[in-house]
Amino acid sequence: MDFSKDKFYTNRELSWLQFDKRVLAEAKDKDNPLFERLKFLSITASNLDEFFMVRVASLKDMVSAGYKKRDIAGMTAARQLAMVVEETHKLVDEQYIAYNRSLMPQLAKNGLHIIRHHEDLNKEDAAYVDRYFADNVYPVLTPMAVDSSRPFPLIRNRSLNLGALMKKKNGEGELDFATVQVPSVLSRIVTIPAAEETKVILLEEVIERNIHKLFLNYDIVCSYPFRIMRNADLIIEEDEAEDLLQEIEKQLKQRQWGQVIRLEVEEGIDDRLLKLIRDELEIEQEDIYAIRGPLDLTFLMKMYGLEGFDDLKEHSYLKPQPVPELEDETDMFGRIREGDILMHHPYQTFEPVVNFIRQAAKDPDVLAIKQTLYRVSGNSPIVAALEQAADYGKQVSVLVELKARFDEENNIVWAKKLEKAGCHVIYGLVGLKTHSKITLVVRREEHGIRRYVHLGTGNYNDTTAKLYTDIGLFTCSESIGEDATAVFNMLSGYSEPRNWNKLSLAPLWLKDRFLYLINREKEYALQGRTAHIIAKMNSLCDKEIIEALYAASAAGVKIELIIRGICCLKVGVPGVSENITVRSIVGNYLEHARIFYFENDGKPEYYCSSADWMPRNLDRRVEILFPVEKPQLQEKLRHILDCQLRDTVKASVLQTDGSYEKTGKTNGKAFNSQLYFCMEARDLARAEKDTGNKRIFIPETHHAE
Amino acid sequence: MKTFAAIDVGSYELAMKIFEISSNKGIKEVDYIRHRIDLGTDTFATGKISNARVDELCRVLRDYGEIMKSYKADQYKAYGTSAIRETENRMIVLDQIAQRTGITIEVLSNSEQRFLNYKSIASIGDDFNRIIEKGTAIVDIGGGSIQVSLFDKDMLMTTQNMRLGVLRLQDRLGRLNIRPEQNEIMLDEIVSSQLSVFKKLYLKDKAIENIIVVDDYVSAVVGKNVAGLEQSSVEATAMDKFLERVRAKSVQEVSRILGMPEENVPLLFISGVLINRIAKVMGAKLIWVPGVTLCDGIAYEYAERSKLIKPAHDFEQDIIACAQNISKRYMGSRRRSETLEKIALTIYDSMKKVHGLGRRERLLLRIATLLHDCGKYISLVNLGECSYNIIMSTEIIGLSHVEREIVANVVKYNHMDFDYYEAMGKDGSLTRKEYLTIAKLTAILKIANGLDRSHKQKFKNVKTTLKEEQLIITVDASLDVTLEKGLFSKRADFFEEVYSVRPIIRQSR
Repeated sequence: MDFSKDKFYTNRELSWLQFDKRVLAEAKDKDNPLFERLKFLSITASNLDEFFMVRVASLKDMVSAGYKKRDIAGMTAARQLAMVVEETHKLVDEQYIAYNRSLMPQLAKNGLHIIRHHEDLNKEDAAYVDRYFADNVYPVLTPMAVDSSRPFPLIRNRSLNLGALMKKKNGEGELDFATVQVPSVLSRIVTIPAAEETKVILLEEVIERNIHKLFLNYDIVCSYPFRIMRNADLIIEEDEAEDLLQEIEKQLKQRQWGQVIRLEVEEGIDDRLLKLIRDELEIEQEDIYAIRGPLDLTFLMKMYGLEGFDDLKEHSYLKPQPVPELEDETDMFGRIREGDILMHHPYQTFEPVVNFIRQAAKDPDVLAIKQTLYRVSGNSPIVAALEQAADYGKQVSVLVELKARFDEENNIVWAKKLEKAGCHVIYGLVGLKTHSKITLVVRREEHGIRRYVHLGTGNYNDTTAKLYTDIGLFTCSESIGEDATAVFNMLSGYSEPRNWNKLSLAPLWLKDRFLYLINREKEYALQGRTAHIIAKMNSLCDKEIIEALYAASAAGVKIELIIRGICCLKVGVPGVSENITVRSIVGNYLEHARIFYFENDGKPEYYCSSADWMPRNLDRRVEILFPVEKPQLQEKLRHILDCQLRDTVKASVLQTDGSYEKTGKTNGKAFNSQLYFCMEARDLARAEKDTGNKRIFIPETHHAE
Repeated sequence: MKTFAAIDVGSYELAMKIFEISSNKGIKEVDYIRHRIDLGTDTFATGKISNARVDELCRVLRDYGEIMKSYKADQYKAYGTSAIRETENRMIVLDQIAQRTGITIEVLSNSEQRFLNYKSIASIGDDFNRIIEKGTAIVDIGGGSIQVSLFDKDMLMTTQNMRLGVLRLQDRLGRLNIRPEQNEIMLDEIVSSQLSVFKKLYLKDKAIENIIVVDDYVSAVVGKNVAGLEQSSVEATAMDKFLERVRAKSVQEVSRILGMPEENVPLLFISGVLINRIAKVMGAKLIWVPGVTLCDGIAYEYAERSKLIKPAHDFEQDIIACAQNISKRYMGSRRRSETLEKIALTIYDSMKKVHGLGRRERLLLRIATLLHDCGKYISLVNLGECSYNIIMSTEIIGLSHVEREIVANVVKYNHMDFDYYEAMGKDGSLTRKEYLTIAKLTAILKIANGLDRSHKQKFKNVKTTLKEEQLIITVDASLDVTLEKGLFSKRADFFEEVYSVRPIIRQSR
């Protein structure tokens, strides 16, 4: 059986669009609180932006470069682009149907009025808006007119703009074009004071209403908002770059000059205006999106923050709970010595990870702290703790991945900050992004050097750790410690070790390891033994891996996949994938953990990783796969996987036709795994607290008469 | 507990290992850092290390210095091997490195380097001691040459260097215009011709059951799930199986499977063929690849010297056994050597206060007595020169180049008039201290040799006493020592010149 045939695979971009549709389904889902639905809709929009900047841009590049190679499903770049564009138009239509027909009326019903057009303002509100414009908006605007002496201005990537056609007041000459950027420094949402309810209008409407004040010698013929998206794929010539850092800084300045790949305009835009913009930006008809509503729905995320609508938000999910083994003041190192500790974020707090570094910073016995940083939050307590450690004279080595997508500017800032504090900052290996998440603390103890390691599936980012589901492991296992040391030596540019004890690393060894583990199940199945794989990840699109999964399935291995995003694998293909199920969980938190289970003939093996089964993870990044070996911790992981496989609320199941369908209740019972994990974490923390309290004796105090 | 850093400035790699050493826990490796740097090509081709390489070396060494600091290392040792050794402007380069990095690199002679590798194996302890109970060969495969050391009943018999290093072989194969399949046949031919000579000269009919391998390539893949080499200790036939696998696959495939850089794959193959051929020639049954490196040997040496560990093996005895075997090869008389050794050491020990030399110099004197007339095998007239040349061209594992030169000179001047510093040290290879050691040891050997002039071991039970400015040598009265007494005075003059102590022969009554 040839498992490599094109027809067994789904194109990854189309699969991605399916994912965005699943997010959109959450926005449409009436069971979700109204404001959460706004959030989901906003996410579909920002997702789509990123998709355009990276994926569509690269397809465009391929087409214009005459790139002939076909994708996993045998499609040419041109064919993919055509299908992606078609699907995207459909998706955008669906977004605005949800916005206009479902969300707007619901919001109005709940006392939040979005004034769609400035023409709809009553006199009093109009006066307020005009005053607001004069006081706050006017000073920051930079109107730009185009005529024979002034060229067409640069329109910034992802910026919202107003385009206008106008005529000289004396009535002579042709129509002139003018544009003004809707300033991103001001809130897109302008609240109009109102007694009972909340009234808001979008900033572009405020400007449109007052646009004549910007071009005093002209009559405005018409004005409409428009927004463009440019090719943002950052290609760094690493072999040529003298200094990676400088190169990225240079590239960042160039990014906004990229080719325009999408133009969004309000539906009903004046044809003359549209033609002018289209010609100037050299954009194809199919890349123009006529929008039935406000452009750039990401403002909905800001709307979520409006005061007074708490009852329309989700409250059943709890804030991250304390990790029982690692309460605030515990001696982290002592606890880790007692045994490995597994954490499940965001149900459990990320605080222990920050504490780990804080304690290491102050501990006189700690010799060195080494950490990889990929995406870090703005005011990261981790970075602060690392700086402090360097200050205390620890040897602090930090691998900063500068190329984390869309975060470069931010990364450079704190990389410099760390350097200034005396940390040894390394920028990783040329040509490979460092995506692994690992921290090593080297401590000199009575019996010699002991190494404490934290391994995770998520970034060292305290903000996203509240929103992403991830697994973290603390251990002081000698063999993992040795491997961790070797990882950092390798990342500092030294030769790889002769042998790894426990960890498997991409790009050199990881894929082979996965293939080996999958094939081992296949062999067991062929021998007639039970064989079972459960794998949870964000995306699956590596062809070799999928082929191996097909072969395993055909041999009789039961394969259950929990894949949030892209999945190029097809289920239910006779003789190929009948034993494979795929489900996607899109819920309150972003599913982010990568957990792998292999039955191994009754001696189950569990692994966690920073890597998805994607070529970019397996072949072009530094990633780590680590085993979880303690039976109690293995049970925890199995429990997590089982719960997700039982989920009936947030899970959608991949169908044989490539679509996804919500599972629906089983036996009439609804089960929401994310919610369940929240409760479980709370109970666990509570149980510990209760037993903890028993040990505290409160002395009788003297009662004053 | 001590933290120690061992740095190996190799021809193709700069490696550092960090160790924790304590008397109760022994030697524990805590970090191993390697950086590929090709110093060899520069040196072997031009005799000099290029500036670019020196810069790179300094940059990495500075990093290593930082890493050492981060472990709060108590001590370090950095050794350079053949690439540094063969660099013409060695002194300048090493000084530059020391100035720029604060790290002093010492240069190892081939025999010292091999000895450290040997020590690193011995440091494994029990396994090693058990294996060498049977006939064993340590095959230490380097880039330029290989060193084969033979053990019999846990004693080192001999050690020989052959120019069959993997890089040299690769270079030679590269010069032949042959198809890749022919490589192995050619290799076998080149290797076999040298091995058969070795076998004829040194192996004779000794049974070698075990082979211990020290190399950079096979060692790297042992234990890595490779067919045939799953464990570090395998039956000799496993090598065939392994080579079969490697042979059948492309370089890219092997590199991927073994997680090894592509450029190393041909060297892995050569190393494998070499080991296999040696195992076959010797008829070995077991191959042991302990995976030790020079850094382990450096740490072992440090631990031993700073008395943190007890020696796992009597290395001094190895050196002596080696010297005895050399003496035997050149028809030295064992009995005579023993007498000479006895007399010389007796004098050495009584003179302790005066000469101020230590245990190591005593060993050198012993070796000098063992080899004192090896040159007579070639010429009875030019005994001194010939002995000197034999010693200088025979490797004595465990002795540094300088130590060997001391021994050779002591033996030479035992037979010839002494050259003073200006004459002897004209090539600048000997320091003042080494020169003085030669003088002091020569003076003793001359006396000892003088006392045994007749080669009849009359002075076997000699007693010596140091009395102010006289060294009283007491011999049995029943012996006729007229000859010795008569020829003694010139030797005694030199002794007096060196020590300001007059040796006097007295017969006990």
